[in-house]
Amino acid sequence: MKTYKIKKGLNIRLEGQAAPEIRDVKPAEEYALVPDDFGGIVPKVRVKEGEQVLVGTPLFVDKATEKIKFVSPVSGTVKCVERGDRRKVLSIRIQPDSSQVVKTFELPDLKQANAEQVLEVLLETGLFAFLRQRPYDVVPTPDVAPKAIFVSAFNLMPLAADFNVVVKGQEEDFKAGIAVLAKIAKVHVGVNQEQLNTPLLPINIDNVEVSGFDGPNPAGNVGVQINQIDPVNKGEVVWTLGAEEVIFIGRYARTGKPDFSRIIAVAGSEVETPKYARVKVGQSIKSIVENQLKPADHHVRVIDGNPLVGRKAGEFLGAHTTEVTAIPEGDDVNEVLGWIMPRTNEISTHRSYFSAFMKGKAFNPDCRIKGGERHMIMSAEYERVFPMDIYPSYLIKAIITGDIDRQEALGIYEVAPEDFALAEFICSSKLELQRIVRQGLDILRKENA
Amino acid sequence: MLKEFFDKIRPHVEEGGKFHAFRSLFDGFETFALVPNTTSKVGAAIHDAIDSKRIMSFVVIALIPALLVGMYNIGFQNYKAAGVDASIIQMFLYGLIVMLPKIVVSYVVGLGIEFVVAQWKNEEIQEGFLVSGLIIPMIVPVGTPLWMLAVAVAFSVVFAKEIFGGTGMNIFNPALITRAFLFFAWPTKMSGDQVWVSQDSWFGLGNVLPDGFTCATPLGEAAAGVAPQLSMCEMFGGLMPGSIGETSVIAIAIGAVILLWTRIASWKTMGSVFVGGALVALLFDACGAEANQVAHLGLDHLWLGGFCFGAVFMATDPVTSCRTENGKFIYGFLIGALAITIRVLNPGYPEGMMLAILFMNMFAPLIDYCFVQSNINKRAKRISNK
Repeated sequence: MKTYKIKKGLNIRLEGQAAPEIRDVKPAEEYALVPDDFGGIVPKVRVKEGEQVLVGTPLFVDKATEKIKFVSPVSGTVKCVERGDRRKVLSIRIQPDSSQVVKTFELPDLKQANAEQVLEVLLETGLFAFLRQRPYDVVPTPDVAPKAIFVSAFNLMPLAADFNVVVKGQEEDFKAGIAVLAKIAKVHVGVNQEQLNTPLLPINIDNVEVSGFDGPNPAGNVGVQINQIDPVNKGEVVWTLGAEEVIFIGRYARTGKPDFSRIIAVAGSEVETPKYARVKVGQSIKSIVENQLKPADHHVRVIDGNPLVGRKAGEFLGAHTTEVTAIPEGDDVNEVLGWIMPRTNEISTHRSYFSAFMKGKAFNPDCRIKGGERHMIMSAEYERVFPMDIYPSYLIKAIITGDIDRQEALGIYEVAPEDFALAEFICSSKLELQRIVRQGLDILRKENA
Repeated sequence: MLKEFFDKIRPHVEEGGKFHAFRSLFDGFETFALVPNTTSKVGAAIHDAIDSKRIMSFVVIALIPALLVGMYNIGFQNYKAAGVDASIIQMFLYGLIVMLPKIVVSYVVGLGIEFVVAQWKNEEIQEGFLVSGLIIPMIVPVGTPLWMLAVAVAFSVVFAKEIFGGTGMNIFNPALITRAFLFFAWPTKMSGDQVWVSQDSWFGLGNVLPDGFTCATPLGEAAAGVAPQLSMCEMFGGLMPGSIGETSVIAIAIGAVILLWTRIASWKTMGSVFVGGALVALLFDACGAEANQVAHLGLDHLWLGGFCFGAVFMATDPVTSCRTENGKFIYGFLIGALAITIRVLNPGYPEGMMLAILFMNMFAPLIDYCFVQSNINKRAKRISNK
């Protein structure tokens, strides 16, 4: 196993890390699949209101190929197909029944299947929808074979779910999932030093390579791992898959039944007892955080994801979400003369704050951006936390100016918005880097289509 | 309470309010007093507490030691020239009185333009001028008339900064453009040997010096062919004629420590300015023409004139210097080397730091281009190797 040393980066410690205990969450009254969770596809709805669906029944497919199926995580009745402006599909909501019947598929056995058959199975069972491709960080096109598939088995983002907790007791499912993917293309699994002596390893499967990554956040970002192992060049495609979603594939491979339940962390300073929860894809956020939050006299933000790459929680758990976090909102805080006060409780990496030296301290920041948006003034800020062979500030400028040739030359095909999360955190000019990168990727994809 | 005060005024300055023309001014003061409590809408929910206001404030703090010594030196030079004894406090107060109007003029003119532009573009006021506005009075001779300062500040804010798009977009350092403007528009008021000592008396402090009083800077003396007689102590302490903020190496060193410690200035740039300057100074010392006194200053070059001040506060300006890490070494090295070269080889200008930095400001994008291009080429090669 080759180990890659990552030097640049930043571990952020926040209050409310989830304890390694798992609680069961009682089934929600409503589940939903949100097409926007699956980047880059236009949904074509396959069900009508009032229709009965099973676990695995396709709710919508992608309009372009109609091959990628997005299936229901639960069985029950389609409550509504929610549409927004210009009839855009916002969500498909399902009221679950108590029996939870699973759709039976008449498909080739994954153990004996060849690459083509594996692809067919993944598409039919809705498992393919969880894959993402680089470039563009969108759902892959099934017709374009990837040069490799990358899975990162750890995440160092603040408050992120620890995969070691999630995978405990499911190691065989994980390995089975990896074995399935290895039939499509070479699979790279990224692990960190702490996972070396866990039951997760060794993974002795043909066409699978395990690489170690030693370093601070974002060493767990699959983008960083791709950049170290085998960077994406123009014209090439790689697929990525969340480690938790590999377990979905493994479960199906072993049982023949799709099962979209997953273990997520419910964490953050506003959570009474932060720990892990067993939930299903698309579960309502309300059912997850109900009775979990501390009573607060201030505004609280619930985040679908972690505070760096998550988003303000909507009604439902995102398709790729591995943790739900709650931290103070901060719009009701009034702080005087922040530009000169010591502010030892404010998290900062900048040495004009003493907090930059409190390495072990867990902070409890709120969601204020704590400054005004400016042009990029300081240099070498992003570079400090961006462990890829890319000039991040130049790439951002190329995106802002819409210079597509230069974006390509500077390596936009290798990045996803999440790779810029840390840079966005430390940016003193308060630029919305993840949004800028997402927009840049969307425009580029349209231009190249 | 402060919050209520601002909330009360806000309706009047918002769109349609009676005092809408002062929105940028209001914004400026509000964000100065209270941390804005806007929360993130997309992307990262949490942010580092650093913002450009704090960065700029720390540069201002770093400038203060040099400013205080500069003020004291104004008084010291005046009393010394008049041959009158005075206490340290008297000298300092005199310097303060001479210096304050310059600072006020610089800030009022510069920030005034910034507020107008911010209002016009409907943007937030940018903090960049907080630093430039203090640097400008520190890099001019004490004899610079206020009206010249005002004209030069206005010129540089408009033509060196705002037409490029404001702080972060400018190519040249605005403070240096101010100085260059003064230097080329009124050369007799900016160099020579009549402008380095304050010659008037204010509020009973200081002494009126006789007309025609002259006192040259050490570099000026050297350029005139006289080897300056200065002890190490004078050079480091800063009690010699020169632009207001540039004379004291010790005070500038304190500022340098603050800037490097907080990582606002890059040690790569700052260090390589000194390396470049030292190497070229030693080179000239070894093989310069015998008659050229400036060539034989050796390492003293680094402690004289604006070298330290330029290296610490101006070469490291993140906006106008190189933005690639390796580029900073080249950028800094060439500034140091050029500054000494100009001092030695150009008899017209005893001081070379200003022109060296401005010149390298111009070349910084080219240096960056080379490093970025090598990254681009590497990526392109990856494809062609397949």
